[in-house]
Amino acid sequence: MAEVLSTKAVVKEANTAASTQTLSTQTLIINGKSFTLDADPKMPILWALRDILGLTGTKYGCGAGLCGACTVHLDGQPVRACLTSLGQAQGKQLTTIEGLDNQKLKDAWAEYNVPQCGYCQAGQLMSAAALVAQHPKPSEAQINSAMSGNICRCGTYPRIKAALQNYAKQED
Amino acid sequence: MSTFTAVENISRRDVLKLFGAVGGGLALGASGLTWSPMALAQDKEARLNLFIAIGEDDKVYLTCHRSEMGQGIRTGILQVLAEELEADWDKIVPIQGLADKRYASQNTDGSRSIRENYDRMRQMGAMARAMLEQAAAARWKVPVSEVHTAHHKVLHVKSGRSAKFGELALAASEQVVPAVESLTFKDVKDFKQIGASRQIVDMDAMLTGRAIYGYDIKLDGMFYASIMRPPVLGSDVATLDDTAARNVAGVLDVYRLPAAKGAPAFQALGGVAVIATNTWSALEGRKALKVTWTASDNSQHDSSLYLQELVERVQQSGNVVRQYGDEIKNWPEANTLKAVYTVPYLIHSSIEPPVATAHVTDKGCEIWASTQTPQSTQQNVAAALGMEEEAIKVNVTLLGGGFGRKSKPDFSVEAALLSKQFKRPVKVSWSREDEIQNGYYHAISAQSYQALFDANNKPSALLARTGFPSISSTFAEGVEYPSGGELDLGFVDVPFALPNLRYEAVKAQAHSRIGWMRSVCNIQHGFSVGSFVDEMAHRSQVSCPQMWRNLLGEARRETFTDQQFKYGNYGEELNRHPVDVSRYLGVIDAVEKAQAKAPKAGKNQGWGFAVHRSFVSYVAVAMLVEVSEDKQLKVLNAIAAIDAGTIVNPDRVKAQTEGAIVFGLSLALMGEITYKEGKVQQSNFHDYPLLRMPQAPDIEIIIIESDAPPAGVGEPGVPPVAPSLTNAIFAATGQRIRDLPVNKLLRV
Repeated sequence: MAEVLSTKAVVKEANTAASTQTLSTQTLIINGKSFTLDADPKMPILWALRDILGLTGTKYGCGAGLCGACTVHLDGQPVRACLTSLGQAQGKQLTTIEGLDNQKLKDAWAEYNVPQCGYCQAGQLMSAAALVAQHPKPSEAQINSAMSGNICRCGTYPRIKAALQNYAKQED
Repeated sequence: MSTFTAVENISRRDVLKLFGAVGGGLALGASGLTWSPMALAQDKEARLNLFIAIGEDDKVYLTCHRSEMGQGIRTGILQVLAEELEADWDKIVPIQGLADKRYASQNTDGSRSIRENYDRMRQMGAMARAMLEQAAAARWKVPVSEVHTAHHKVLHVKSGRSAKFGELALAASEQVVPAVESLTFKDVKDFKQIGASRQIVDMDAMLTGRAIYGYDIKLDGMFYASIMRPPVLGSDVATLDDTAARNVAGVLDVYRLPAAKGAPAFQALGGVAVIATNTWSALEGRKALKVTWTASDNSQHDSSLYLQELVERVQQSGNVVRQYGDEIKNWPEANTLKAVYTVPYLIHSSIEPPVATAHVTDKGCEIWASTQTPQSTQQNVAAALGMEEEAIKVNVTLLGGGFGRKSKPDFSVEAALLSKQFKRPVKVSWSREDEIQNGYYHAISAQSYQALFDANNKPSALLARTGFPSISSTFAEGVEYPSGGELDLGFVDVPFALPNLRYEAVKAQAHSRIGWMRSVCNIQHGFSVGSFVDEMAHRSQVSCPQMWRNLLGEARRETFTDQQFKYGNYGEELNRHPVDVSRYLGVIDAVEKAQAKAPKAGKNQGWGFAVHRSFVSYVAVAMLVEVSEDKQLKVLNAIAAIDAGTIVNPDRVKAQTEGAIVFGLSLALMGEITYKEGKVQQSNFHDYPLLRMPQAPDIEIIIIESDAPPAGVGEPGVPPVAPSLTNAIFAATGQRIRDLPVNKLLRV
């Protein structure tokens, strides 16, 4: 089922003379569902997800690929939604926290009571899910490496690590 | 018209339905400037200010009136309420309280949500339980003394009757509200909630992307704003060319906000707002703005020159703020140890930057914000709009971190001003760059310490001086000295048992908005005193923990009564929350004991130690580091012991203390905001780095068992982290780091 969403309606309100952006039809497959939206292909998917599609689980933290709060999967690979344009995501499988289906990973997060404020945790989970998809039993070095792009200001690192190490133990 | 539901959730609609439709239920509130649950318990207008409501479906709706920013308060407050109510945990529905004076203070800072509300919430729970029991006794026509409450039911054992809370709720709401003095409280040994490690109530929402933070608010017809604020405090727009910005697709308008006047307080800073149909267009539009700025008194501020001045001043006399014993004029150099310490400006950098949405209409204004302080949001928005406070409704979302930044409501004022102008809901989203460059900064500071040693090389006198721009300067012009309240934060209040103590404060003018950040002045004071005690220990050739024991003296409660000094004690009575040397000793001992079981310091390694009391809690930290030959630092282990009195949720106390170690390491290793020509030089996480997972040590937290009144938890873990780290580096290398951050000298 395809949903058609558009920024046209609101953009028309702008009533501005010229536009440096070019709207064109973008098709995105998000969490297995196809979406068509009219938007500038340069728009980072972070803002399309959040402001147009209402998928606010993917968070803004820095806008520069430095904090990992906006991590999503593009064809299974973790990418920063703030640096990935709609054009780059065209036709690819996009997975956000809303569509993350690794329940075992979420259970590990809950068991270790990982979140504090919780804001960065969508990004943490998406990075962790990509890691365990590739390395079901990650070593500490692999965990450090895969998670080093995700900042948690609350300081949940020891628990994220413990949750991932426990996940690895249970993976058979 | 609102598409926003998740935060508002049950708090108004469903509870209103509960009471509005059936006209019943159990409503208890709290009122007034002082705590007086009685007055409002019968106030039918207090429906939105409930702590406890019970539905016919047997669900218990418990209100948390404090802001959730990661400390777990939405769980902790509910545990205390549920305890005395005897409510089943799985029948609890959390409600987030709106801004309302009748809750007493909602300002979620100062590590006081539990310490100020523990007794109150127990009263509210016990009161509701008493009313349920009265209702059951009346229904069964038995004396109330024959019924009791357990597991979400009221029971009459003699007749074998019982009733669920839901069946009694309506009748209970019509009972006479019992006097607080008549309430009975559960025995500690019967506690099921208080002291239990409950999973946070928002866990599922946080793991599925459904949790709603301020950044996630979206209202119908909402405009998105990004604001370019004056880069120097006190400057304003000189020239503006917005032609290119207006040509960015999605940009609706460009609007100049008036500059803040006088002391900044919580005013909008001013600048140029780009209004757009989405956040990205607003940000792109902003990039296209061409703005020049007027000069201000702060345009010459250079933090490195300023710090040099502070360092010079703390080595000269200042205002005496505490003197114990006679002033010592003669400090013979051979018997005197001296050191000067500095900490740079710091900024909070919660991963969610400040953000607020406002909808102003003719009748009033509604705010949705990541705010630690709904009530001052209400006051400041009302003042900015020229409206009555009662016309401002403030919804508190979840906060993506706070750390003190979000108890300044300037960003809600900005949203309100723009919504008024554009007659639409407007969301003001701060970018990371905005957060780092237009914040309320932890003050740059210098401290000097000197100690006099007697013939036996035992310390006999201490002279300490501190200098930093005061938080008071943010609220009043002309402030040149720290306030007493700031000096009470870990400077004058360390209970040294020395015959001679002298504390002085030196002049320091402000050139930016100075604000409070997690543990506030305890950051610099904990670092300097914690470092200096280690230097004293080294000179006396005793261990650092032993030097602390020597300096603190015998186990006693320091009352400061024999001195011309009034101690603020974080707003607490000294008889309830004493400065208790035995509790210092308790955390020192606990950490030493744990350290004995931890790895010994190997080659190029060293253990460091520090202890600090703040927010009426006691925390000791030991840290193990390694410094390689090529100056690469690795923090290996951290052990912390915290004595925060009675604990509500041990797991969250551990989590907060783990987080405090990470927070403290970020600031000690890498935290530095600098100014040139009045402007902040840093802009994002590449030049204001925060700790990442590979840099985080193994952490062990010890909670001291205590039946003392609950004390602070969120902040007290931070102050001892920096000195335990630099003391460890000294132990590993012999290099004494007196100027933070560490990355000036070592790779981190």
